[in-house]
Amino acid sequence: MTALRRAAAPFHTWLYPDDRGLYCAAGGFHIDPHQPVERAVITHGHSDHARAGHGAVLATPETIAVMHARLGKESAGSFQPLPYGETITLSEVQVRLVPAGHILGSAQVVIEKQGCRAVVSGDYKRAHDPTCRPFELVPCDLFVTEATFALPVFQHEPAEHEARKLLHSLEEQPERAHLVGAYGLGKCQRMIKLVREAGYEKPIYLHGAMVSLCELYEACGVALGPLVYVADAERGTLAGELVMCPPSALRERWSRRFADPVTAFASGWMRIKGRARQQGVELPLVVSDHADWPELVATIRETGAGEVWITHGRDDALGHYLSTHGVKARALSIVGWDEEAE
Amino acid sequence: MRAFAQLLEDLGYIQSRNRKLSRMVAYFRSTPDPDRGWALAALTDGVPQAVLGRLPLRRMLAELTETFIDPVLYRLSRDYVGDTAETVALLWPHRTAAQDPSESPAPEPPALGLGAIVHAFSNCDTTAQSTRLLGTLLDHLDTQGRWALLKFVGGAPRVGVSARLAKTALAEAFGHDVAEVEEVWHGVEAPYTNLFAWLEGKGPRPDVDGLPIFRPVMLAHPIEDDDWKSLAADDFVAEWKWDGIRVQISARGGQVRIFSRQGDDISGAFPEIRLVFTSHDCVADGELLVMRKGEVAPFNDLQQRLNRKVVTPRMQSQYPVHVRLYDLLFDGKEDLRPLPFTERRHRLEAWLQREKPLLVDLSALVPFASFDELNRIWAGTRAEGIEGLMLKRKESAYHAGRIKGLWYKWKRAPLTLDCVLMYAQRGAGKRSSYYSDYTFGVWRMTQTGDQELVPVGKAYSGFTDEELRHLDKWVRDHTTERFGPVRAVSAGLVLEVAFDAVQASARHKSGIAMRFPRIHRIRWDKPAAEADTIEAVNALLPQSERPPN
Ligand SMILES: [Zn+2]
Ligand SMILES: [Zn+2]
Repeated sequence: MTALRRAAAPFHTWLYPDDRGLYCAAGGFHIDPHQPVERAVITHGHSDHARAGHGAVLATPETIAVMHARLGKESAGSFQPLPYGETITLSEVQVRLVPAGHILGSAQVVIEKQGCRAVVSGDYKRAHDPTCRPFELVPCDLFVTEATFALPVFQHEPAEHEARKLLHSLEEQPERAHLVGAYGLGKCQRMIKLVREAGYEKPIYLHGAMVSLCELYEACGVALGPLVYVADAERGTLAGELVMCPPSALRERWSRRFADPVTAFASGWMRIKGRARQQGVELPLVVSDHADWPELVATIRETGAGEVWITHGRDDALGHYLSTHGVKARALSIVGWDEEAE
Repeated sequence: MRAFAQLLEDLGYIQSRNRKLSRMVAYFRSTPDPDRGWALAALTDGVPQAVLGRLPLRRMLAELTETFIDPVLYRLSRDYVGDTAETVALLWPHRTAAQDPSESPAPEPPALGLGAIVHAFSNCDTTAQSTRLLGTLLDHLDTQGRWALLKFVGGAPRVGVSARLAKTALAEAFGHDVAEVEEVWHGVEAPYTNLFAWLEGKGPRPDVDGLPIFRPVMLAHPIEDDDWKSLAADDFVAEWKWDGIRVQISARGGQVRIFSRQGDDISGAFPEIRLVFTSHDCVADGELLVMRKGEVAPFNDLQQRLNRKVVTPRMQSQYPVHVRLYDLLFDGKEDLRPLPFTERRHRLEAWLQREKPLLVDLSALVPFASFDELNRIWAGTRAEGIEGLMLKRKESAYHAGRIKGLWYKWKRAPLTLDCVLMYAQRGAGKRSSYYSDYTFGVWRMTQTGDQELVPVGKAYSGFTDEELRHLDKWVRDHTTERFGPVRAVSAGLVLEVAFDAVQASARHKSGIAMRFPRIHRIRWDKPAAEADTIEAVNALLPQSERPPN
């Protein structure tokens, strides 16, 4: 411990939750605020993290592209791109964005003040994802983590396994359309990429809600192979074809046009049978864009952080685990960051 | 275990009945003995706990899990998952080398077959041994396998498959009729090697005579308006259709079992009837009723006696049960089922004369010369406990199942009420994209003199697919609130609901419950304000159950 470190003010004096979200007072900005603020750093484009109405937004160029596509170019007063790895000084702190491995453009916010380092990780995962840069570990003093899947029952199988399961079902039941419910930003493109990697070359059909984001991924250099917008497909029941749609569409009137569809759902929640049955899913695919329990625990340990704050999710289980393993843990219970994006 | 685990998992997610069937058919055909027999046991009556050594599973799992997981984390996980077997399966550390998913799975060691697992448990002398064995097995299985193992040793897996469906799949797998399986079912035991051998044509039919087992029952068709012109009154006898439950009493050499129409053993709930039949040797078909002083009590009273494992003497005297017989399938060892109804009826009457059993009487025939006369007799009858009439063809043998033209049930024209749609819920399976389950209500005056709707029932049948589409659209267009799969709708659609009766019910906010409600007509034309009131519903209650005015 250096003299400089000892002199630094404790984190909670300059980084704390207020009524709009997590606020960095020393830098004069919020991170993923759920209410409009003057200056916001946005970790990624999911709707519970990236909202419209801020004065100035700082984010990775990819996240800005996502915000433009989903919320409009006028959704913030100004957008400032900060590519991964570049450092910017905001008032008393240095800020850097580092890949979080969650979705395209997702970033951890690394904040340094007088030699003390805090990492606000947003949503993250460690598992393989061909649609975004892999998570980079940044050693730090304070690690701010999510806890979406923070229960020891969440130990997700490799996603490649689930992609093969989907293709196997297509082979076995060529007379049925396969509807895969997946969150439109991130999960959808990852699923497409995973089945491509598993050797599936036929066109993949898209629900209207998925089209523009798939185009954006393509524009960012993530090749997804042949895609067809369902409405443009010849009137038919798409038997034996793969159709990507938002999870809600699985049970809407939209789904009735297909041949006796197999309803699949790609989500980390599918690990729990009750959740899958509740949704009436016939083919649950355990594919998560969030860290599972072993990843959460390992990541926290690897950062070497002596203090951990938990933003959203199962803070009870993770907090208990950390405090029984000698790590100071605090639940922030930030409102507005929910599980919607999984 | 891998094949069984995959079967269980698939059955849990597949929604269509036919697909569940073909999934099981494929399994029974491709899996060797005795594993398929143990799987069949798990899907029907459960793996007999006596065979496994009555494992104290909860305690064993507590002992095994506490070595690697913090109790607080375990509790949080268990609360979240909602199922102990699944929680343990998910939490269990991967102790064997994780497999590269790109490789095809290595063959499973024979020690992980269902038969070998049952054998290993039955060889354990102490709970400590069983616990060690369970731990070792869990170590060698993947998540899915662990879950299936725990469901298997724990009894009934509950994967949305009825015992009947599993037996249907078994029969279908080897080209037999499910009635043939039912006929011997209660005389064979897990792992059913002799049953499979017979079905596959490799062995004799299991010898089940002399055992107090269930014989598949003969069922009736509801009579339709078009049926009458093809029927001759002379060919039929009529009996009252009693408002109790159909039972089959199977008595052999002092052993007595009472079965429901579906073949579920409900002996435990009716010890007094069992006792009566211990001194008889027969298989009889009749109606179980609660009777007081020769009068049939409301169905509600009988319900107090159902689904009970133990019955107190107080229950027995408060709700005295009685059996009213209408058929005799076996007299001693003699199988009467091939005989015509009239002959069986004589044998039944003679048997009752001879044996004079307590708590048992004969369901009387209703004499008639023409169907018109029968109709008049019926119209003049308002006795408690009569649900309708049965018409039975005189020359018909006793056939399992529901065969057209032999037995008919003729129920009273249903009662109807105009109700207002209040909530709609998504259906299951094929109907999951439609709001197809409807809760409806009638008007009631509040304390302040306003009219409010109070729910009186729920129905999900009685409409065509075309009507379902219209109803679904109406629900979506008139939603006022959503709670999960349920939508509340504005009071604007009148449903004419048909039902068999209303009963007082403390469980319902309205104080009444309908029996067998179904949508009779959709009254698109009728203003909701003109629907029926709670007073109109109460007027249909039996006198004794009506609320004081
Ligand atoms: Zn997210
Ligand atoms: Zn999130």
